[in-house]
Amino acid sequence: MEEDIKPDKKISIKGLVCPYTFVKAKLAVEDMKVGQVLEILLDFEEASKSIPKSMEDHGQKVLKVEKVNDTDWIIQIRKEKE
Amino acid sequence: MSEFTEEQLQKYSRQIILPEVGGKGQKKLLNAKVFIVGAGGLGCPVGYYLTGAGIGRITIIDNDTVELSNLQRQIAHSVKSLGKLKVDSVSETFKNLNPDVNIVGIPQKITKDNIMDLIKNHDIVVDGSDNFPTRYLVNDACVMLKKPLVSGAILKFEGHVTTIIPGQGHCYRCLFEEMPPPGLVPSCQEAGVIGAIPGVIGSLQAIEVIKLILGKGDVLKNTLLIYDALKTTFRKVKIPKNPDCPVCGSNPTITELLDYDAEYCAAH
Repeated sequence: MEEDIKPDKKISIKGLVCPYTFVKAKLAVEDMKVGQVLEILLDFEEASKSIPKSMEDHGQKVLKVEKVNDTDWIIQIRKEKE
Repeated sequence: MSEFTEEQLQKYSRQIILPEVGGKGQKKLLNAKVFIVGAGGLGCPVGYYLTGAGIGRITIIDNDTVELSNLQRQIAHSVKSLGKLKVDSVSETFKNLNPDVNIVGIPQKITKDNIMDLIKNHDIVVDGSDNFPTRYLVNDACVMLKKPLVSGAILKFEGHVTTIIPGQGHCYRCLFEEMPPPGLVPSCQEAGVIGAIPGVIGSLQAIEVIKLILGKGDVLKNTLLIYDALKTTFRKVKIPKNPDCPVCGSNPTITELLDYDAEYCAAH
């Protein structure tokens, strides 16, 4: 069973499209400390693929990408570097 | 980082998503103050891109007015601004592009008497002037005030860019200690220039400024970049700091600003 991680911060970017989805997620990560976990709620399918990829490119760790209902995804990111 | 407005997030999204920029870098850009010498071939693209990037304050000085022969390369002016002061013309263009940026136009000639006061409250100086007395004046003033200077020059199918960080690298006088005599190097007016050349060189200058503000990447310190458009080559030439440089060397002989126009004419 996958262990549930309690996020340090949650944001909703529902209704946003690229690139603002990633802009919002990136700014949220910037404001956190290394080791903290961000949970992102979104409803733009393309961003459910592009945010994890971009976060990894920027050196952050993707913990979870999960479709939670017909329209929404949850992504968890752990900040690995400033 | 919630201090950005939604409009700013949209406006700067393409650069905020870069790892080298982010919200922190965008804040640095929004707080930076840049001084541009000349609202001509180089000053137009430099100012245009820096305005787009959201630089906090751009001060631009030029005492000239817009002429039809300028429009081939001076992209911030238009037929609507013919006869207007160049600084008024670029201020209007830049404000239309990005009202966030505080654009200050100074319709004066830059001289040894006003330069120190004008540049002292800025972080970086950009030289887009078209003559040697101004080039040497700006270099010497930046060395004396320890202001980073991004210098550009163009002629015919060629352009040069170099970044001077006083105390850390070369200065313009390490490269060319004295001004060439009048007539030896032709002006754009005499020799001509393709309009896109200052577009390339001005864009390179704008990128140097942005890297300096962000503190990212390598700038053209101790280096002269030479663009040859006919051969389509970029060449980097190492320019060592001259320990005996008359302005930035260990025993400088130029310790106050000179009468550069007189020096230039005397060299004739």
